[in-house]
Amino acid sequence: MSKKRLKSEKVTASKPISRGADWNYDLINQYYAAIEDIANDFGLDTYPNQMEIISAEQMLDAYASAGMPIGYNHWSFGKHFISNEQSYRRGQMGLAYEIVINSNPCIAYLMEENSMMMQALVIAHACFGHNSFFKGNYLFKTWTDAEAIIDYLVFAKTYISDCEQKYGVDEVESILDSCHALMNYGVDRYKRPSPISMREEKQRQKDREQYLQSQVNELWNTIPEKLQSKDGKTRFPSEPQENILYFIEKNAPLMKSWQREIVRIVRKTGQYFYPQRQTQVMNEGWACFWHYTILNELYDRCHVTDGFMIEFLQSHTNVVAQPDFDSPYFNGINPYALGFNMMIDIRRICEKPTEEDKKWFPELAGTPWNESLTFAMRNFKDESFIAQYLSPKVIRDFKLFALNDDAGLNELNITAIHNDAGYQEIRNNLSMQYNISMKEPNIEVYDVDIGGNRSLTLRHITANNINLDETTSEVMKHLHKLWGFPVKLISEDANGEQYVLNRCPLEEVTDTNG
Amino acid sequence: MQIIDRRLNQKNKSTVNRQRFIRRYRSQIKKSIADRIINRGITDVDKNESISIPSKDISEPSFRHGQGGNRNRVFPGNKAFSVGDKISRPMQGEGQAGKRSSDSGEGNDEFMFELSSDEYMNILFEDLELPNLQINQLKKLINYKNIRSGFNTDGTPSNIDIVRSLKGSLARRIAIKSPLKKQLKKLEQALQQLPSEERVQSKRLNDEISALKRRIKRIPYIDSFDLRYKHFTKLPQPTTNAVMFCLMDVSGSMDQETKEIAKRFYILLYMFLKRSYKDVDVVYIRHHTHAKEVDEHEFFYSQETGGTIVSSALILMQEILADRYNPENWNVYAAQASDGDNWDTDSLKCRNLMSTSILPRIRYFAYVEITEREPQTLWYEYQSLLEHFDNIAIKKITQQSDIYPIFRAFFEKQGINSKFNSRLKSGGL
Repeated sequence: MSKKRLKSEKVTASKPISRGADWNYDLINQYYAAIEDIANDFGLDTYPNQMEIISAEQMLDAYASAGMPIGYNHWSFGKHFISNEQSYRRGQMGLAYEIVINSNPCIAYLMEENSMMMQALVIAHACFGHNSFFKGNYLFKTWTDAEAIIDYLVFAKTYISDCEQKYGVDEVESILDSCHALMNYGVDRYKRPSPISMREEKQRQKDREQYLQSQVNELWNTIPEKLQSKDGKTRFPSEPQENILYFIEKNAPLMKSWQREIVRIVRKTGQYFYPQRQTQVMNEGWACFWHYTILNELYDRCHVTDGFMIEFLQSHTNVVAQPDFDSPYFNGINPYALGFNMMIDIRRICEKPTEEDKKWFPELAGTPWNESLTFAMRNFKDESFIAQYLSPKVIRDFKLFALNDDAGLNELNITAIHNDAGYQEIRNNLSMQYNISMKEPNIEVYDVDIGGNRSLTLRHITANNINLDETTSEVMKHLHKLWGFPVKLISEDANGEQYVLNRCPLEEVTDTNG
Repeated sequence: MQIIDRRLNQKNKSTVNRQRFIRRYRSQIKKSIADRIINRGITDVDKNESISIPSKDISEPSFRHGQGGNRNRVFPGNKAFSVGDKISRPMQGEGQAGKRSSDSGEGNDEFMFELSSDEYMNILFEDLELPNLQINQLKKLINYKNIRSGFNTDGTPSNIDIVRSLKGSLARRIAIKSPLKKQLKKLEQALQQLPSEERVQSKRLNDEISALKRRIKRIPYIDSFDLRYKHFTKLPQPTTNAVMFCLMDVSGSMDQETKEIAKRFYILLYMFLKRSYKDVDVVYIRHHTHAKEVDEHEFFYSQETGGTIVSSALILMQEILADRYNPENWNVYAAQASDGDNWDTDSLKCRNLMSTSILPRIRYFAYVEITEREPQTLWYEYQSLLEHFDNIAIKKITQQSDIYPIFRAFFEKQGINSKFNSRLKSGGL
């Protein structure tokens, strides 16, 4: 792909910004200006940028807190830090070139070790690619508030360290442990949340403390009127609740108000990561597409040298490489590779559609590529993006194949390959693979025994005979700690049959003295 | 757009989290340390220690899918498969298992990481203290260090602080001159106001002016009053030197394994002393019927046979103490390892030596008997010393795994009560 570009007939037209590998502030400013010009020409809509130069050690720090610039203290972050540091020191792991934070202004970290080319690549990739994705994608718009996230993290850190002072590190750590075990169950997937806002947060927090406590007491004081459900028993909540942490925050009988606030902090932090878990392919694909497009444009405008481009193409090719399933380097489908190739392919379908494309994508073929691509970026998540845009050409390029892995059978069964008969099935299967409700077990708050021993029942709906793994009993212990009364996990299979999967404490307790 | 250079910011943002991790898994880390201490050489004291604890102990649970079930999956890189092909399930640990292990974060059964030598020592010697350390240190304030402590108006010329003195001189001159100068100015103005022909004639004014000028001139540039001398005081420095005597029986009855156990014990003691003292000298004394001062290698590895006369070692130690390590300047510790054998009548002699000339001069004497047999005369003689001296302890080791617990038993911190009392005494509460 580089051959055509390397003809240097235009280079004489103007002078490249720099020739060496070293960067300095002046050069970064010049590159930024050139890249910004191009991004504006393409109409990328971004938050203002804030670039922070950091060292490798600081990058390791950033890793440990999942890229959050400020985080409360917890041993698990220390564990991640230690394990990253170990593998970095032993040379098993390179560091990411960049980390970017979904905030306004959008914060991107540039490592001091990077060459000038890498800094330019990171600027294009993070400051314009990811940044515009954060600002445009509907999931990020719905679930996160870029204006307030930094403030909220500061609030959370301060609140938790205050609690540590007041109630002791161990107390706080124990609540955090339990909440972390349920962190992925702190989001209403089908309800829109209210965005996190700092000012509101502070104002409401005091009221909330008192109000919540009174609400909870009321729930437990009043014996609700008998609601008759289908099976003839009273259930609370009347509908199953998927947001387990929210349910605990509002209803756990014995929890103190500061503990409820911590549950809320973990829930809100989880919510911040929720869109990222669902848009990895799109987000990285979009950022790769734009660094590729922008840096090539830089070259066309004669801002960079041939050497710069060769160095860039080498890094780029490494990033978007997809090892085959039987390669020792294979570690699942590389979201950078899939995303980048799909984005490039959408542009191709718009610009040079083949007969096949016209059949598969009649609404896309021949439209202005930038508009169509931006539309895709704004309105999809990985699951729907793949279902909508995975083209036969990309399936052929990746030589994708689908197989059925049924634990009941001795052999794996190939169900589709990259041919006419298989495209649709591969597309559906791959899309399902990115469906978060398929990736994560479907578990809901099912029932609380309000009139009796206050026990909490969760329901796991199994799909395809896939069971929960062995850490489940540990999670149940954490849940028990939060709830304060017996907890139970029941499993419901496809036929609606229910059985008890796990309970904590292990013996069924009938008599409770509070 | 703005660029912020964060490189100078605090680097170790994760330090707190790292410490939290170590704090939480202290018991597992301690266990790992206790397992590994046996494999450490005496020269490795300052090295980092790598620790491994079982991954399952530190995993973070969550609701996750387990193995099995019926799954449809998509993979890249088809080479030869067609629809309907059946392929045998790959072995666990490759292919699909790769994704699963990366999901949970760890692929290994053991979580390995390194403790810095400080962290290592802290955990290794947690809750241990050198007996009577504080009290003794207060007694032995031997070295003095000169430290600056402000300025004095008196002193030797070599200690004159020039800047301070000149500042004083300048201040004094300004203070004395300024009223005179004001007066002079006034007179000169008065002189100016007179008509020009009267100026020369006004003798009174001119006299006053010249008198003032002379007075101003007479103010000395520097006066003994201005001089400031650097003042020094002597700050008592607790001595930071320690010497550790290793006494070991190398008679025929001590086999290599027993010596290994003794070596481990000495290593622990050495590392522990290293923590409290800047410099630790080690004196190796081996003995059978005669005692000899040797180097480390000879101490542990050279083989000699013969009978056993323990007192020979004690006498040599006494001589070396008198010769090189004056207890006034040195913190003396001694550890003796033996299998308990001794020439019959010698044990009593040992006891006398100990009580008259050794124990009163040293900080601590630890005696370990490495044997599975019943204790013999030496043990009982030492035991009788316990009543009169609190700086001797005796313990018995039977196997490798006893070393660390026994070592801890030697230096376990005294009970809460005594700690509380000593803090009360020192006015800390």
